[in-house]
Amino acid sequence: MATITLDNVGKSYAGDAMAVSNVTLDIADGEFVVLVGPSGCGKSTLLRMIAGLETITAGQVRIGNRVVNDLEPGERDIAMVFQNYALYPHMTVRQNLAYGLKNRRMDRAEIARRVDQAAGILEIGDYLDRKPRQLSGGQRQRVAMGRAIVREPAAFLFDEPLSNLDAKLRVTMRSEIRQLQRRLGTTSVYVTHDQVEAMTLADRLVVLNKGRVEQIGAPLEVYRNPASVFVAGFIGAPSMNLLAATRDNGRVMLGDVALPVAVPGQGPVTLGLRPEDLHRAPEGAEGGLDMTVAHVEELGAQRLVHGHVGGQALVATLPSDAPLADRLTFAFDASAAHLFDATTGSRI
Amino acid sequence: MKRAIFRNQLLPWLLLAPQLVVTFIFFLWPAAQAGWQSFLREDAFGLKTTFVGFQNYTALLDDSQYVDSIGVTLVFSISVAVLALSISLLLALAVDRMLTSARTYTTLLVWPYAVAPAIAGLLWWFIFNPTIGLAPYALEVLGIDWDHSLDGTQSMILVIIAATWKQISYNFLFFVAGLQAIPASLREAAAIDGAGPVRRFWTLTLPLLAPTTFFLLVVNTVYALFDTFPVIDATTEGGPAQATNILVYKVYVDGFLGLNLGSSAAQSVILMGVVIVLTVIQFRYIERRVEY
Repeated sequence: MATITLDNVGKSYAGDAMAVSNVTLDIADGEFVVLVGPSGCGKSTLLRMIAGLETITAGQVRIGNRVVNDLEPGERDIAMVFQNYALYPHMTVRQNLAYGLKNRRMDRAEIARRVDQAAGILEIGDYLDRKPRQLSGGQRQRVAMGRAIVREPAAFLFDEPLSNLDAKLRVTMRSEIRQLQRRLGTTSVYVTHDQVEAMTLADRLVVLNKGRVEQIGAPLEVYRNPASVFVAGFIGAPSMNLLAATRDNGRVMLGDVALPVAVPGQGPVTLGLRPEDLHRAPEGAEGGLDMTVAHVEELGAQRLVHGHVGGQALVATLPSDAPLADRLTFAFDASAAHLFDATTGSRI
Repeated sequence: MKRAIFRNQLLPWLLLAPQLVVTFIFFLWPAAQAGWQSFLREDAFGLKTTFVGFQNYTALLDDSQYVDSIGVTLVFSISVAVLALSISLLLALAVDRMLTSARTYTTLLVWPYAVAPAIAGLLWWFIFNPTIGLAPYALEVLGIDWDHSLDGTQSMILVIIAATWKQISYNFLFFVAGLQAIPASLREAAAIDGAGPVRRFWTLTLPLLAPTTFFLLVVNTVYALFDTFPVIDATTEGGPAQATNILVYKVYVDGFLGLNLGSSAAQSVILMGVVIVLTVIQFRYIERRVEY
């Protein structure tokens, strides 16, 4: 159990641009933090810097108030779950779990007790004497988790642990990981590129883009108040509509249509509207968006309507029994509109 | 496996013929000849031949020179195999750690493999030549008087060095490939599990390399036993006083220099048996031992 503090942490490779820059983050004891972003955003690099698998070229990482910049991975009191599980193929499940404890010269009886306890929690007791190659993907995932929890470390680090599983198993394991973390109360840092995984798991989200932190906050807070165009487009499925609009006399204009959104200033602005915030309105309604429907995706409970408004792409979510037409008019509440600076991308 | 059906009965035999002919002319026939000859006693000019049964074999076991040669061969083969394996593993580990210039080093380390064994032998003969060689000159500074043409131990060291040097490239390539097949995340997981570099090597790298190592052990043993003939011939010619006269060289010396064809044939039949046993061990063991 420990806090993790990142203080202006950065990573640069010789001659290259910064892979990660100026990340400052305080992770509370027992908190579940998810680092999320597109591939190449530096989230894995950041996690590996906490783990000690990458050198830290700027700033400071503290685990439980101890500066760990120059400590070996084995000395940092952390455990990591890898994307490919990284189970030792020549050892049985039991040996896999015991390896880290043996390396620390732990007493035999204590090793056996911890291995049995972890096996009980994860329900892997039946195949303790098998080799990893005899296990299914989900079982390997459990063993990898087991190897982390027997250590009883200060923190768990997860590097996209579910991306090698099929969709159904991923959902099951996701909630198991969450429950396990709640039960053990161990501080956790979790890396994923899947925003649904990020939303469902996190106490707090860290959205990364191009090696920089775009926003830190609780999942719903990030969803409701995205701090930038990037976050707005990345968090939420289907993703937010981002429309080029203008400000004119305190109103937002989309082409010739004056929208029911008040805003000071002049000039271009980016208008963000979530598909689920759009609802049908009678044709010709004031401030309505007239959409030419291009195609419809049926999701079962809902349908996604894709189309254009004044030459800009727009997606709206409708109930699956809603009537369809070639042209539909949509309206939205002023409170549902997100406005971003057209040049800097930051929230207005 | 895919099964081809031939309508013509002759065609499959024709397709197999080149390989069968080569195997017959260069292996089966000479092997049968050696087998037959090992039961004969023949004079040097081939004028008179007598069937002597197993006498050539029993004579070998009573021959102290043959027994000595077995000892020499054991020392030589074990040294070459152990040295060639451990040095190449060290080099492979070093190259595996490199990020930028690994390819250059790999290329350089593979070059000795392209040198013909006789040339390699000659090369080391020059380097260690007591009169003109560089190594004896350097050793003299350390107070070591090097003359492998007089000293049996030094002679053995010389052939071991020459034979090992030749085999390191081959082992190195296999070890590099074996190391690269171990996912980096395994080593990282072990590092997080608190295993230092040395412990990681013994508990992770070495066990995962076991199939490669065992394969190379067999290949190296066969190499040291049989393919080192040119190295011995170019450096010491089995001397001084039989100190480096390994079994395969003795076959040549007794048969082609001593013209004792019966004994020479019996020795090669024994060596053939050794190869067969080694090959069987290799196939049976390797199939069972592959870890993942």
